[in-house]
Amino acid sequence: MEQPFAITLQVESSLANHTGSWRVERPQYVNLMPPCNNACPAGENVQKWLYTAEDGSYEEAWRALIVENPFPAIMGRVCYHPCQTVCSRGQLDEAVGINSVERFLGDLAIEKGWSIPVTAPSTGFKVLIIGAGPTGLSAAYHLRRMGHAVTIRDAADLAGGMMRFGIPKYRLPRNILNAEIARIEDMGVRFQMNHKVDNVQDAIDDGFDAVFLAVGAQIGKRAYIPAGEAARILDAVNVLHDVADGDAPLLGRKVVVYGGGNTAFDVARTAKRLGADEAMIVYRRTREKAPANDTEIQEAIEEGVLMKWLSTVKHADAGVLKIERMELDDKGYPQPTGEFEELEADSLVLALGQEVDLSLINNMADVEVRDGVVHVDPNMMTGRAGIFAGGDMVPAERTVTTGVGHGKKAARNIDAWLRKEKFEKDPNPKVVEYSDLNPWYYSDAPHAVRPRLEGARRASNFDEVVQGLDESTALYEARRCMSCGNCFECDNCFGVCPDNAVIKLGPGKGFEFNLDYCKGCGICVSECPSGSIIMIPEKS
Amino acid sequence: MSTTPVKFYQVGSFAVGNRLLPAAAGSVQSDMERTNALTSGHRACQGCGEALGARYAMDAAMRAANDQVIAVNATGCLEVFSTPYPESSWRIAWLHSLFGNAPAVATGVAAALRAKGRTEVRVIGQGGDGATVDIGFGPLSGMFERNDDVLYICYDNEAYMNTGVQRSGATPAAARTATTQAVGPEPGNVFGQGKNVPRIAMAHEIPYVATATVADLRDLEAKVARAMEFRGARYLHVLVPCPLGWGSQSCDTVKIARLATQSGLFPVFEAERGEVVSSTPIRQRVQVEEYLKLQGRYSHLFSPKRRDDVIDKLQAAADRNIKRYNLLPEEEGDL
Amino acid sequence: MFKQVEGSRAVAEAVAACRPEVICAYPISPQTHIVEGLSRIVKEGKLGTCEFVNVESEFAAMSVAIGASATGARTYTATASQGLLYMVEAVYNASGLGLPIVMTVANRAIGAPINIWNDHSDSMSQRDSGWIQIFAETNQEAADLHVQAFRIAEELSLPVMVCMDGFILTHASERVDIPEQEQVDSFLKPYVPRQVLDPANPVSIGAMVGPEAFTEVRYMAHMKTLSALELIPQVAKDFEEIFHRDSGGLIRGYHCEGAETVVIALGSVLGTIKDVIDEQRENGVSIGALGIISYRPFPFDAVRAALKDAKRVVIIEKALSVGIGGVVAQDIRHALSGLEIHQYTVIAGLGGRPITKASLDDLFNKAVVDDIRGLTFLDLDQELVDAEMKREAGQS
Ligand SMILES: Cc1cc2nc3c(=O)[nH]c(=O)nc-3n(C[C@H](O)[C@H](O)[C@H](O)COP(=O)(O)OP(=O)(O)OC[C@H]3O[C@@H](n4cnc5c(N)ncnc54)[C@H](O)[C@@H]3O)c2cc1C
Ligand SMILES: Cc1ncc(C[n+]2csc(CCOP(=O)(O)OP(=O)(O)O)c2C)c(N)n1
Ligand code: SF4
Ligand code: SF4
Ligand code: SF4
Ligand SMILES: [Mg+2]
Repeated sequence: MEQPFAITLQVESSLANHTGSWRVERPQYVNLMPPCNNACPAGENVQKWLYTAEDGSYEEAWRALIVENPFPAIMGRVCYHPCQTVCSRGQLDEAVGINSVERFLGDLAIEKGWSIPVTAPSTGFKVLIIGAGPTGLSAAYHLRRMGHAVTIRDAADLAGGMMRFGIPKYRLPRNILNAEIARIEDMGVRFQMNHKVDNVQDAIDDGFDAVFLAVGAQIGKRAYIPAGEAARILDAVNVLHDVADGDAPLLGRKVVVYGGGNTAFDVARTAKRLGADEAMIVYRRTREKAPANDTEIQEAIEEGVLMKWLSTVKHADAGVLKIERMELDDKGYPQPTGEFEELEADSLVLALGQEVDLSLINNMADVEVRDGVVHVDPNMMTGRAGIFAGGDMVPAERTVTTGVGHGKKAARNIDAWLRKEKFEKDPNPKVVEYSDLNPWYYSDAPHAVRPRLEGARRASNFDEVVQGLDESTALYEARRCMSCGNCFECDNCFGVCPDNAVIKLGPGKGFEFNLDYCKGCGICVSECPSGSIIMIPEKS
Repeated sequence: MSTTPVKFYQVGSFAVGNRLLPAAAGSVQSDMERTNALTSGHRACQGCGEALGARYAMDAAMRAANDQVIAVNATGCLEVFSTPYPESSWRIAWLHSLFGNAPAVATGVAAALRAKGRTEVRVIGQGGDGATVDIGFGPLSGMFERNDDVLYICYDNEAYMNTGVQRSGATPAAARTATTQAVGPEPGNVFGQGKNVPRIAMAHEIPYVATATVADLRDLEAKVARAMEFRGARYLHVLVPCPLGWGSQSCDTVKIARLATQSGLFPVFEAERGEVVSSTPIRQRVQVEEYLKLQGRYSHLFSPKRRDDVIDKLQAAADRNIKRYNLLPEEEGDL
Repeated sequence: MFKQVEGSRAVAEAVAACRPEVICAYPISPQTHIVEGLSRIVKEGKLGTCEFVNVESEFAAMSVAIGASATGARTYTATASQGLLYMVEAVYNASGLGLPIVMTVANRAIGAPINIWNDHSDSMSQRDSGWIQIFAETNQEAADLHVQAFRIAEELSLPVMVCMDGFILTHASERVDIPEQEQVDSFLKPYVPRQVLDPANPVSIGAMVGPEAFTEVRYMAHMKTLSALELIPQVAKDFEEIFHRDSGGLIRGYHCEGAETVVIALGSVLGTIKDVIDEQRENGVSIGALGIISYRPFPFDAVRAALKDAKRVVIIEKALSVGIGGVVAQDIRHALSGLEIHQYTVIAGLGGRPITKASLDDLFNKAVVDDIRGLTFLDLDQELVDAEMKREAGQS
């Protein structure tokens, strides 16, 4: 074809015109901190493993998860999931059911028998961990992955700490607990059970290079309650421990549990399962003020546990309790009213919290104790170099997940300390705010509620109450994630650029900007659903 | 609509694509191999909605027509920024003749193709709102009336942008342009009767008429694809915000188009043979103010003195669209 | 094949014999009979898949033609007068894009005042449009020029306007040798476009060109148009070989050689002029005529050569360039520059006023003794004009 001069042009000859020179700002892909990751006490990269699970790569997702936390199946049952509380999707419709997907992955791993190989070369360092609760187990796991030789000593006959002797099995079946602990044992962690450590110093002298204390808070708090001789008053932790040991205590027909935390509810629900006609929570404040997790309260109510809010136990006697009604003052604190009533009760179980048994560090003056807990520095180290501590025995929220997080953090610091380095965590990127997202692009898809056993049925046995998701629901749930602050390849930038300046690299490879042509309009930034692109000034 | 929404929870069907979707279910724009009918190096302003809309539409047409497309372009921004000698950013067979004749030129192309028995090649006419609703209106109507086998696409940026933002027959009431300045007691464009070319097209009872915006790519692509299923005259009216002419931020182009739809000011619907067959419901309704306040061309409605009287009139127009096109089907009873 | 037909019919059949693929038109007198004829031929299926598009305006007609031609179709349209002006923007565009469209202009006056009758104002208004303009003297030539026009257009990739006098030719019934299909087929090969809109080989046609190259583009168009001065005679020669008729070419002299006085004109008026010349020559007057067939490109050299020995030329103009006078006269003046030849411009036949033999005879008699003014309006009713001008002056 003959082409007339100037009037007729070659197609795509404009590629010679590099409009990138117009730009004063340039777009940049970033990976920001999703709120869920930021809120996870174990520091899980939730967004990443959800993303990985979204295409059905469950093993890969599970492996991404256990980089931070070795207990997805346990987490999926007992974690109070603060990640979900802050999940951005909650502002759109309902939070992503992160926890249930986590459980799905954890259960699948157990079912498939996925194991965790230790690939790091042996460092030659030996670390002693005292306490095989979640905190100690987590530290052991992470230290082992780094190549250290790890020994755990625990006073109990079985590992798990409060996960075994506190949390009832209708919430955490023992086969699950055992499976996830066994995986750690399989990694070559040495367990020395029935091995109470009375003196840390002695343990150090056994030739360990570092020690991690994770003995938890085992001693039930006692409140002074005037009581008659025949009054049957028990401690919640002991009750649960005994139940866990298969040695259920006699609680009677009517059980009153005093306290408003999770332990109280666990005891009440356990009492129902042990055959009590009536289990009642007595708590001095209101339901809203009760520290127990709301789902736990809800489940207890469904199971027929009775509630007596704004009440204190004034006196206990055989078969009867004296209760004083309280009322909240202007500041929301409960104040006595002088109104009393009597309550029939065969036993009173005190669930007022736990204290740390500090006897094992009694003779270590340099390990500082404040308010009954061990003080640690930001690196989880106690006042004594080489001795670290975490979990319920240090000041922190007392949850399994916090313990796991402490274990991880301690492991990293122990590792650095052993190598005579300092552990420097990469600075956290900016936490994604809802306003960074463009939620328009997410279609409404409500949260898949985990199936529950019928309340009536479940109260009579120790079967697991909350069931897991099946695969399709887990996938659905994973895909509800909005991938806050991290590209999830929705192709929006690739689509919305008026200048074709976004190069799609192909599935899993993300995108690149073609700065030869990007004019810096910023549409890609505005229309990125996940807030994973920012504009930065062009260097002049 | 002919599309079944993709059952896809993470981003629903609203994003351009997703790595989890099979390629065939993805939008044309998500395709690494998309035509890029209007490719890089063009001289449109930063964030130009018209450049975006033209690529969206033309790439979709290319997919629908197995790459057998000839495009005819009216004079205007799209033409000027795409083909200043010596560079063209088109990657398809393309012809520009005049400002006011694109529909007729397209008819000529279609007639030639039919005469040559090459009906597998599909013809698309395209132009700005000025080219379409004003100067080229006669040829457009003629093309419709004869039912010539042309899909005509109007990229509506609501003024004559290429000549420096003068008023067109598609300029909305109260908008400031260079020829409807924000001065005097009734600043901005007059509240006229309006010139609703989609409805005028429907009055021709042509096989297919639809509106779309650059804010809803999948909808736009589906409409192009649907349009290509018909033979005869078809009309697609695409709202394409213009940062320069609208006095908006370049990054807000898509957002503003979205607000135009979510306020009801720009109804998105489709019609076959003169009857509306579907409309795209508003998902997140906003008041017109949300839309207006992002645009300098309406700034006189907010300062120095807030003109609630004018804003109310614009809101009434939006409300009328909502009712007329049933844009809030769930709230039908409330209206 | 000889037929006693209206000029329009002859043209319609000649065009049909050229196997156009797209015809588009909008009706305007005196072009109507041509396109009516073609629409019937198309509708009867005699042109195969040819498309006849009934457009909504002349602007659309030329626009459809542009699209069709750019898509590689042999394309034809026809118009006149107001219609031509209505399509002007597209007329320039077609030539600018180098599209070999053939268009008949059934010459007619331009309003206001509206007037449907013949003169050349319409075509003359487009002399700078970049189209090749050829003028037919007879209906035979009109038919023949269309066949040649397609060849010229397609060889040069330039549009060609075939101008024929409205009514005088279009509506006159004469014996015309309609070009036979086989002859046309051997004269005119299928159209091979220079450039074409084709998805298989896409290009962008119709770029915006700025100051950096605009002059060059125009210059090249000029040079290409000038090259028609060689092509047109060649095509006429080829035509004659096949059709055995002398039709077309750049100019046609009539007793021009050696004549002291040469009358110059375009189109059908040449017939009347020749009659008067015949009579005057019988009376011993040294007078001849020169018909200009190719007005654009203007055959300067041929005109100069034909006139170089004349003493005077009388240019009969069917158009008026208001404020200066003749239109063709300016080109003739240019062609004869440096030669000692008197030039008289005669504006005649405006708005269909008959150009009678008597008036011409009178005019030539005066001209041969140089007894006319430089600019004359043939048969002007001077009395009426004087009276009206006086009245208007009085009113103001
Ligand atoms: C009834 C109940 C229900 C709970 N439910 C939840 C829940 O649903 N979700 C949640 O996140 N958290 C829950 N918690 C809290 C959670 O269980 C604890 O915060 C967590 O287990 C603390 O972990 P840890 O490893 O620090 O201590 P522990 O789990 O208490 O483990 C400490 C371990 O150290 C051992 N040990 C103690 N002293 C010595 C010694 N001197 N020598 C050797 N070994 C020793 C113990 O035998 C024990 O195995 C619950 C707690 C209770 C009591
Ligand atoms: C006959 C004619 N009149 C006026 C112009 C000047 N002109 C060129 S583009 C244009 C405005 C185009 O407006 P629109 O069609 O809305 O397209 P936009 O540039 O806004 O995309 C005008 C007035 C022209 N080229 N031709
Ligand atoms: S939407 Fe996804 S990434 Fe964002 S907070 Fe929720 S789970 Fe995390
Ligand atoms: S949309 Fe395109 S041009 Fe605009 S900033 Fe993003 S990459 Fe650059
Ligand atoms: S003026 Fe408007 S339509 Fe024209 S190129 Fe700029 S943004 Fe696009
Ligand atoms: Mg416009």
